[in-house]
Amino acid sequence: MTSFFDRSVAPFILVILALAAAVPALNLALPPEQPFHVPTYLVALWGKYACYALLALSIDLIWGYCGILSLGHGAFFALGGYAMGMYLMRQIGARGVYANPVLPDFMVFLNWDHLPFYWWGFNSFAYAAVMVLLVPGLLAFVFGWFAFRSRVTGVYLSIITQALTFALMLGFFRNNFGFGGNNGLTDFKDILGFNVQAAGTRDALFAVSCVVLASALAMCRAIVTSKFGKVLVAIRDAESRARFLGYRVESYKLLVFTLSACMAGVAGALYVPQVGIINPSEFAPANSIEEVIWVAVGGRGTLTGAILGAVVVNYGKTYFTSGALAPYWLFVLGGLFVGVTLLLPRGIVGTIRHLWASRRKPETPDPDPEPVGAPAPAE
Amino acid sequence: MEGRETSALLYLDGVSVSFDGFLALNELSLTIDAGEMRAIIGPNGAGKTTMMDVVTGKTRPQKGDVLFDGVHRLTELDESDIAELGIGRKFQKPTVFESHTVEDNLRLALKADRRARAALMWRESIDEATRIDRLFETIRLGALRSRLAGSLSHGQKQWLEIGMLLAQEPKLLLVDEPVAGMTDAETHQTAELLREINRTRTVMVVEHDMAFVRELGVKVTVLHEGTVIAEGSIDQVSENERVIEVYLGR
Amino acid sequence: MQFHNAGFRAGRWVAILVAVALTLAAAPLRAAGLEEALAHFATDDFGEIAEGITAVAESGDPRAALILDALQDGRLLYSAEQKRVFYKDAAGALHDAATAMPVSGGEPADIDTVGINNRLRRAIDAALGSLTLLSPDRAKRYDAAQAVFKSHEANLLPAVEGAIDKETDPSIKRVLNEARAAIILNSDDASEADKIDAVAVIRARGDQDSVALLQGLPADAPDAVAAAAKRAIAAIGNELALWDLAQNAWYGLSLGSVLLLAAIGLAITFGVMGVINMAHGEMVMIGAYVTFVIQELARTTYAAYPGLLEYSLLIAVPAAFVIAGLVGMLIERGIIRFLYGRPLETLLATWGLSLILQQGVRTAFGPTNREVSNPSWMSGAFEAGHLNITYNRLWIICFALAVFVTLLAVLRFTRLGLEMRAVTQNRAMAAAMGIRTGRIDALTFGLGSGIAGIAGVALSQIDNVSPNLGQGYIIDSFMVVVFGGVGNLWGTLLGAMTLGIANKFLEPMAGAVLGKIAILVLIILFIQKRPRGLFALKGRAVEA
Repeated sequence: MTSFFDRSVAPFILVILALAAAVPALNLALPPEQPFHVPTYLVALWGKYACYALLALSIDLIWGYCGILSLGHGAFFALGGYAMGMYLMRQIGARGVYANPVLPDFMVFLNWDHLPFYWWGFNSFAYAAVMVLLVPGLLAFVFGWFAFRSRVTGVYLSIITQALTFALMLGFFRNNFGFGGNNGLTDFKDILGFNVQAAGTRDALFAVSCVVLASALAMCRAIVTSKFGKVLVAIRDAESRARFLGYRVESYKLLVFTLSACMAGVAGALYVPQVGIINPSEFAPANSIEEVIWVAVGGRGTLTGAILGAVVVNYGKTYFTSGALAPYWLFVLGGLFVGVTLLLPRGIVGTIRHLWASRRKPETPDPDPEPVGAPAPAE
Repeated sequence: MEGRETSALLYLDGVSVSFDGFLALNELSLTIDAGEMRAIIGPNGAGKTTMMDVVTGKTRPQKGDVLFDGVHRLTELDESDIAELGIGRKFQKPTVFESHTVEDNLRLALKADRRARAALMWRESIDEATRIDRLFETIRLGALRSRLAGSLSHGQKQWLEIGMLLAQEPKLLLVDEPVAGMTDAETHQTAELLREINRTRTVMVVEHDMAFVRELGVKVTVLHEGTVIAEGSIDQVSENERVIEVYLGR
Repeated sequence: MQFHNAGFRAGRWVAILVAVALTLAAAPLRAAGLEEALAHFATDDFGEIAEGITAVAESGDPRAALILDALQDGRLLYSAEQKRVFYKDAAGALHDAATAMPVSGGEPADIDTVGINNRLRRAIDAALGSLTLLSPDRAKRYDAAQAVFKSHEANLLPAVEGAIDKETDPSIKRVLNEARAAIILNSDDASEADKIDAVAVIRARGDQDSVALLQGLPADAPDAVAAAAKRAIAAIGNELALWDLAQNAWYGLSLGSVLLLAAIGLAITFGVMGVINMAHGEMVMIGAYVTFVIQELARTTYAAYPGLLEYSLLIAVPAAFVIAGLVGMLIERGIIRFLYGRPLETLLATWGLSLILQQGVRTAFGPTNREVSNPSWMSGAFEAGHLNITYNRLWIICFALAVFVTLLAVLRFTRLGLEMRAVTQNRAMAAAMGIRTGRIDALTFGLGSGIAGIAGVALSQIDNVSPNLGQGYIIDSFMVVVFGGVGNLWGTLLGAMTLGIANKFLEPMAGAVLGKIAILVLIILFIQKRPRGLFALKGRAVEA
């Protein structure tokens, strides 16, 4: 059990932190005509990738290390996003179309005369920040408590997580839920007093996202290298063996699932001010499955692979959907799903590591290991 | 907690389990005393594995009582509770954590605080390192300690699993077909290993291999259609008419 | 039971024959009667005109209604000098009322409109009502009787009573009696006993209109009548609640059969083979598009055979089965067989496939909904008691059950079914006995996909045919299979019907969306209580 700040993630963390410093600097310090200038829209785009990477990391933690394939992680992401969105809505204040100092525009439009109780407190950033962790965490805890205790595993769990996010999507589409219905929450103005559109704010959000991502990566690495992490892998590989050894499998799963949901919630919260909108389509089951493929492409059970996969796939998506190739994006995405599972089951990082390991230690994948140490009773 | 109801370490009384009408265990009663080694034999479908499932909490019986150590009612506990009480189980098919090293397999099995928080805060102690080294002496896999368990041979996995069982420091070991797929030499060594283990722990072995059971030289219980039909030394049960009818002979 | 479209053939034909015979026999007599009646209109005396209205109505002339209509609209004119009556048709052309011939050579100089007042207007309504009550067209008579029931105009009573005597069709006679009861109940001069009898008749009718009628009882009604009405309202209310329940159950069965169709293929691929196929919905979609293409061909290329369009569904069913089945076998051989034993990877790969198939169809057929028409034998509705039953739903329920039974039989009685069960229970042993397991895998998957294709044919009749068709069913289908218990077709049937009915009962209580959410939450809770569904297989086989 090695130190978590080791060869496999340390360079990655350094690169992310370097980006956190360099990109805002290149955006702010250099004039636009400079070749190294980073335009603000790119900062926002990369900030979005950083959030996706954090989301992918949270999926890798449970899927790669504990074998829990959640097809509803988008729900936790969206809930975190909504919590942040509610804060941002309250910050608009009287600057909305209807100039109501308390009620967001959509509530005025629906002829509501007071703020629903679950909106109380969201004018405070600290409260919203707590909710960003609490709401997804609590949902994951309650859901996981039921699911893991009754030993729902494998595809069954995947399907009910998908049903969970589907149900939430249907709910958030409704106007009377009080979250803006179809349109969701948008037209944000300020975050902590800074204009969300301003280049400086975007740079800061990007930097914060990167720092959070780097810390999350370090934290995940610490978890998976701890004995806790070894137990997770043990559960993934042979759940009943772990149980017969006396490990309370459900509490391990519940803990890691809840933690992962909180990470996803944070990712959503960082995502919303950068893209400027959160709406119920974030809950769509298709999104959640797409998020899983980022991890598969990068390589599950590698942590860094999840981050890499999220960035690569989303860069591809941006590239395809912004040009003449837009109609073919779904072919590419579908092809990725099929191709990666059939041809590259370890993902990019997993495959590189595997090749690296087999070159250095050719005996590792030894198909016919020498019978060593035939056990005999001790004298 | 109630008072001790039996002096036996493991006590099964009138246990019945049915799957969709098929009676896997039928009023099974059985006692195993502390320090004993017992071989359970019986034809396919006799209920041997189901009995282990009941003892380890994997299957709940519809009827009957299972007591461990005279006080613990196993029918009310789940697998991890039962494991913590000191019952270890080896599966028919060797099950080890394939993507962990041999050493980590043993480390995860070492008797310790199993709670998630303890696992998060865990640091290896000198005591644990010594215990692992001692285990490697017993199962003789020391040279492979940093190999991934998935790359071990079938027999090596069986021994690793027995090592993991020992690491749990159980009072009772349930061993399901430990020599399936082993060579004669390996079978012989395994018998010796089990006898060695039996010096300090109670062992229950389910086995098909009659030569192996004979070699163990212990009391034998014969199961058939979910119930005990004979009990005694291997020679005694081999002469039992009913046993010959259902199992040994025609 | 009463039928709008069909049924009571014999009674209807008799009625028409009698009507025709009467018309032929009485034709000359009637023409004279009409002419005499018309004479009453050549005046501005309202009393005289009132007599004319009655006379025209009683003349029984086929043109009576036309003339009364014209009178009502102020299009009836007269010339006092010529003692002739005219009417203007919708185009404004002048006709002689007695002969219906267009008037040539200009209109008479003293022509004037036949005047009416409110009293006359009511008289005309009543006369027109009684005319349609006697109409030879069964549907018209039925509608007229229903209209009288609702309006319960007191002055229609003689017409209704006259019609009751002449009516031969029992169902119309019943409505006429109900209309008569409605009038009596609201009249001032009927006796208390008659009114109580009337309440009983209306109580027997027992629909929402009856309740409205009884609730609208005049405030000065005698106590005994009011009490009877109150009891009747309560009784009808209970009865209607039961009918409501039955109607909801019917909607539930209908939804359940749709779910069954969508899920039954999945019960094979997921339930029997353990393959989680996220592209299952797309197999359904392919089936729907096959239906569309075949209809399109029948409409255009083979338009020379007009019966083809009507029965194109019968061609679409086998075609969809074969095409979706082939696509399924292709998927199994090309992708899924490499992923056996890795369910989560299978899930991801087949999801990717579903994206490709959707986009493929979108590219080929366009992103918009495609029109698939209902054949005439699947359109329309009929009433059973107070249940409204549409033919397409009825057919789909029958179809779903037929598919279910066929599948059950295939699995139970054919060599393929036997080998399928053998392979899924013990692959190694089956292979050792000479079963080509790869071929069986492909065929099983093809069968499941083919059935999904068939489901697409049925769903094309009630849902939009678009590339997203399958997406709407995939989660529901999985819920059904998981809820019913994996690997058990009967469980799938029960699961589909339970979910369908539960959905429809929750809908009125909670609204469609909340109802759906409630169902999802309930299933999530249910799966946690019984992770292996309603009909769980127990024992060691499950672990193997």
